[in-house]
Amino acid sequence: MIINLVDVNKSFKKHKVLEHINLSVEKGETMAIIGASGSGKSTLLKLMIGLEYPTSGQIWIKNKDITTLKEDELDKVRLSMGMVFQYSALFDSMTVADNVAFGLREHSNLSENEIQRVVEEKLDTVGLKGFGKYLPNELSGGMKKRVSLARVIAFEPEIILYDEPTSGLDPIMAGKIDKLIKYTQEMMKVTSVVVTHDINSAYYMADRIAMVYEGQIIAVDNPDNIKNSTDERVREFIHGGKS
Amino acid sequence: MMFILEKIGAIVLKALETWGGFVILFLQTLRQCKRAPRFSHVLEQMAHLGVDTLPIVALTLLFTGMVLTLQTVAEFLKFGAQSTVGGVVTIAVGRELGPVLVGVVAAGRVGAAITAELSTMKVTEQIDALKVMAVNPVGYLVVPRLIACMLMLPLLVVFGDIIGSFGGWIVANYYGISSFMYMQSINTFVIIHDFTGGLIKAVVFGAIIATIGCYYGMNAANGAEGVGKATTKSVVDAIIAIFFFNCFLSMLLYR
Ligand SMILES: Nc1ncnc2c1ncn2[C@@H]1O[C@H](COP(=O)(O)OP(=O)(O)OP(=O)(O)O)[C@@H](O)[C@H]1O
Ligand SMILES: [Mg+2]
Repeated sequence: MIINLVDVNKSFKKHKVLEHINLSVEKGETMAIIGASGSGKSTLLKLMIGLEYPTSGQIWIKNKDITTLKEDELDKVRLSMGMVFQYSALFDSMTVADNVAFGLREHSNLSENEIQRVVEEKLDTVGLKGFGKYLPNELSGGMKKRVSLARVIAFEPEIILYDEPTSGLDPIMAGKIDKLIKYTQEMMKVTSVVVTHDINSAYYMADRIAMVYEGQIIAVDNPDNIKNSTDERVREFIHGGKS
Repeated sequence: MMFILEKIGAIVLKALETWGGFVILFLQTLRQCKRAPRFSHVLEQMAHLGVDTLPIVALTLLFTGMVLTLQTVAEFLKFGAQSTVGGVVTIAVGRELGPVLVGVVAAGRVGAAITAELSTMKVTEQIDALKVMAVNPVGYLVVPRLIACMLMLPLLVVFGDIIGSFGGWIVANYYGISSFMYMQSINTFVIIHDFTGGLIKAVVFGAIIATIGCYYGMNAANGAEGVGKATTKSVVDAIIAIFFFNCFLSMLLYR
């Protein structure tokens, strides 16, 4: 188990967002997290990378309980993790190329030439060849999302957390990103946690799917079993309330 | 009655929390200085801050030097003390008006800009993105701004002092005090400590502006509204802190 959440609770002030979360992800696995808007999916991802602290419970990442770590110890764990934010979170004072190069410049000893090569390769991978000189606010929402994906895979982390990587993209690009996520997982043995609204992309890429419902995980299972679930709440979500 | 007490209590607690936050951030920033800050980042910030502020500093100090002389010169002439005008104006500018006015102008320009920039980064999750990439936001964002402000404010004050004194000279000249007498007066009355004290103040004001600006930026509430609120608070608190520390430093430096 590379990620293991043990009885995690999270409240903001008196508002309980997540309750008694137990969830583990195996090394190399892709876990999709589905659930309604506001059910706590983004919060769940932020807990896994120490951007939020749980009100109680333990969060084990690579055999360290990150809730007990000091900031610089946590940073060591984060070096092997990456996160694609729901709203991209690109550095808007930097060009696209500098955004993608950021992690390498901060933490690797690669030469500037090598960095440029990686940047071009990753931009090509996400279909943005030649956009290196653009500033983030000159791009569409979907393009930003792809840059933020390139920024994460440039650093080749062991664990990648994706917060709705395909929302706001056209179906063709969304399909490409889904393939890319599956590809990085297969080729680089990355462990992925993917929050998504798109049940079909969850079926396509996930080894297991977890459903969050009103702050609790009500089902964790492989795509086939989720598809045939008899739980009303799961059925309603995957059939869009049409079943 | 209880209600009023509760209200006062709440306000005091909030103030303590905020000002305590400034101190904590300042200490964290010092701790982050251990890892050598990148020179290019500091320089970038200095250029950014200096260019923004220089013209307003020039205007502010020019007019202040002029009115200050205008108000004193008429009185001084009555007592035949024209030979002290240059000295008095220059001391007032060097010790108090230069650093305080530069501080206030910089709080409005630089402090506000820092808060606006960092709070935008906060609400668009760019600060979270830094953390996720194992980059300490205090080290990466606050340290270069703190150093830049602490270096830039004294430079602005040197410049402002010269302009202020120059403004005084224009008016003095108009009232028939010769350039020679004005310079002579400066030579006689002004000692180097009148300037260095002002520069020490400027360094402290620089630290105040950067720390408070960064604090409100990094703690902004979500949304565009959060950015606006944070910016206003940052300017107000920085100006209050500057006046407070100016009084304190004047007592310390010029007793
Ligand atoms: N920083 C915060 N302060 C207070 N409440 C918060 C904060 N972050 C999230 N919440 C609350 O937590 C709940 C879950 O939010 P979260 O962003 O995790 O939902 P989500 O499942 O990602 O939704 P979406 O699909 O719309 O992105 C919401 O009710 C939200 O109001
Ligand atoms: Mg979300």
